[in-house]
Amino acid sequence: MFNRRTILGALSALALMSATAPAFAQEKYDIALISKGFQHQFWQAVKAGADKAAADLGVTVTFEGPDNETQVDRQIDMLAAALARKPSAIGFAALDSQAAIPLLQQAKDAGIPVIAFDSGVDSDIPLTTATTDNVAASALAADSLAGLIGDEGKVAVVGHSQTSRTGIDRVDGFVNRMKEAHPKIEIVTVQYGDGDQLASTEITKSILLANPDLKGIFGTNEGAAIGVVNGVKELNSKVVIIGFDSGAAQKQAIRDGQMAGAITQNPVGIGYETVAAAVKALKGETLPKVIDTGFYFYDAKTIDNPEIAAVLYD
Amino acid sequence: MTTIETASKPGFFAGIRSSGAYHKLLAFSGLIALLVVFSLASPNFMQTQNVLSILQATSVNGVLAIAATLVIITGGIDLSVGTLMTFCAVITGVVLTYLGLPLPLGVVAAILAGTASGLVSGTIVAKLKVPPFIATLGMMLILKGLSLVISGTRPIYFNDTPGFNQIATGSIVGSIIPAIPVPNGVLVLFGVAIVISFILSKTALGRYTFALGSNEEAVRLSGVNVDRWKIAVYALAGSVCGVAGLLIASRLNSAQPALGQGYELDAIAAVVIGGTSLSGGRGTVLGTLIGALIISVLANGLRILSVAQEWQTVVTGSIIILAVYADILRRRSL
Repeated sequence: MFNRRTILGALSALALMSATAPAFAQEKYDIALISKGFQHQFWQAVKAGADKAAADLGVTVTFEGPDNETQVDRQIDMLAAALARKPSAIGFAALDSQAAIPLLQQAKDAGIPVIAFDSGVDSDIPLTTATTDNVAASALAADSLAGLIGDEGKVAVVGHSQTSRTGIDRVDGFVNRMKEAHPKIEIVTVQYGDGDQLASTEITKSILLANPDLKGIFGTNEGAAIGVVNGVKELNSKVVIIGFDSGAAQKQAIRDGQMAGAITQNPVGIGYETVAAAVKALKGETLPKVIDTGFYFYDAKTIDNPEIAAVLYD
Repeated sequence: MTTIETASKPGFFAGIRSSGAYHKLLAFSGLIALLVVFSLASPNFMQTQNVLSILQATSVNGVLAIAATLVIITGGIDLSVGTLMTFCAVITGVVLTYLGLPLPLGVVAAILAGTASGLVSGTIVAKLKVPPFIATLGMMLILKGLSLVISGTRPIYFNDTPGFNQIATGSIVGSIIPAIPVPNGVLVLFGVAIVISFILSKTALGRYTFALGSNEEAVRLSGVNVDRWKIAVYALAGSVCGVAGLLIASRLNSAQPALGQGYELDAIAAVVIGGTSLSGGRGTVLGTLIGALIISVLANGLRILSVAQEWQTVVTGSIIILAVYADILRRRSL
């Protein structure tokens, strides 16, 4: 029994050592990124940008995030473990704008520069924030949708989160822009599918059944947008769909004409700029308070333009 | 396996404890092995600050796992522990932030909310005869929804109750011995563990908890009011979830209404690693505590070693299976 256990222990120890040996062999800057998510394609694109910056700038980068965007405490455990590792710098995308502040203070006290990405924290500890202006991006979605439906009629929003900053900003940006600039457009409802494709599909169908004269729907993230496309397809509706972010399915829907277009952030740029900012901070350079990583509207005509294709992910 | 004849003998419970002790030894040696491996692999692992953050990370899952242990010993399962924790945190938020009542009332409210929810779950299981898996699955969703409704889907912050943050993150130990500032949340975890251990080993409720899991029908036939005791176990588990709700809310200085789903699985993993049988009748709080520590040591150590996250989850899954397999081997060799 104990033999078995010792053998297993030794094996796992070996596996761990071999997996991590290269990290000890190098004397490069070690930058720990704690993200809001991990397996979602958007976060993988952020990771790809961070990895690219790591290769370009000759630093090592680790990238971690909780299973979903509600697990505030899990993210804090990740941040604590990253701090214990004594990295050169930390990149942090806060799930809650306040919860991590004590740990960030600890990083500051230890002289570890902190770069915020995707969303900020209620603190001046991060030297800069690399992020998309979600309010402005969704206002662009509102303008695009208004243009496509002749600036009047009923539209609806399928949101992805009632609690996260991006979820709130995107809905607010869209709704407020419609009110201010497109008074003949009525937003009949805003409903939330938690970014889940299936839930967003069902929501879309119920919105369409309740509002037969609906002209357009805005889906506020990848999951919501795909859900809207599915729901519209299942009911053979002809409403105009505007999505957000990219991903293989959403890109295909735009190419096929099922979706009129979508707003894309620049996730690769978010990852790249975060690592680049960390390296600048380590070299003592000053940084702007916010690094706008940009956003674009794209449709079937522009999807293959080089500047758009570069920021879309599958 | 275990019949009620043996259950009625005094030696029965001693037997559970000794077999539990053997398993604890096994789980404990697994924990030590992990600590040794990580300490050898990284000089940053065995640092006071890091050990404290491991304990801090264990506190919420540990308390939830103790709640889950109670129900699992009866042969049931409680899938609602995660969202019940959140529900209790939200209730505390309402009492302290929305109503502006004093701190002790917030603490009481969390525990009462947990107990009340446990009473409901227990009643659904015992009186309506809904299987525990289904009853607590339903409760999990109901509580998740109610948390969102009550909080207005926004986090409730405790900025107006300055002392609240200290429940989990302050350090009484640190004010006495500054070198080891053990967070209060860890003391709360140990406190809950001691109280529940005592209840399980020294009280009638504890004896019936094991007896229900061993052979419920026999307990019923011997004239015991099975329903009443079962409801009591679920209520006790609920009150423990209330403590977890306080801990997480205090640690985050906010009640996060969307959090909680998925936490029940980590709690159940800690319970089974700790040697509690999912078929009921057997289990210990100490085993569960060690199980919860194994999970957080593993997560922390792999992160410190910069192991890629996709591999971290593979390793964690493998350890869960290994731990339970080791227990099965031991059982065969007995």
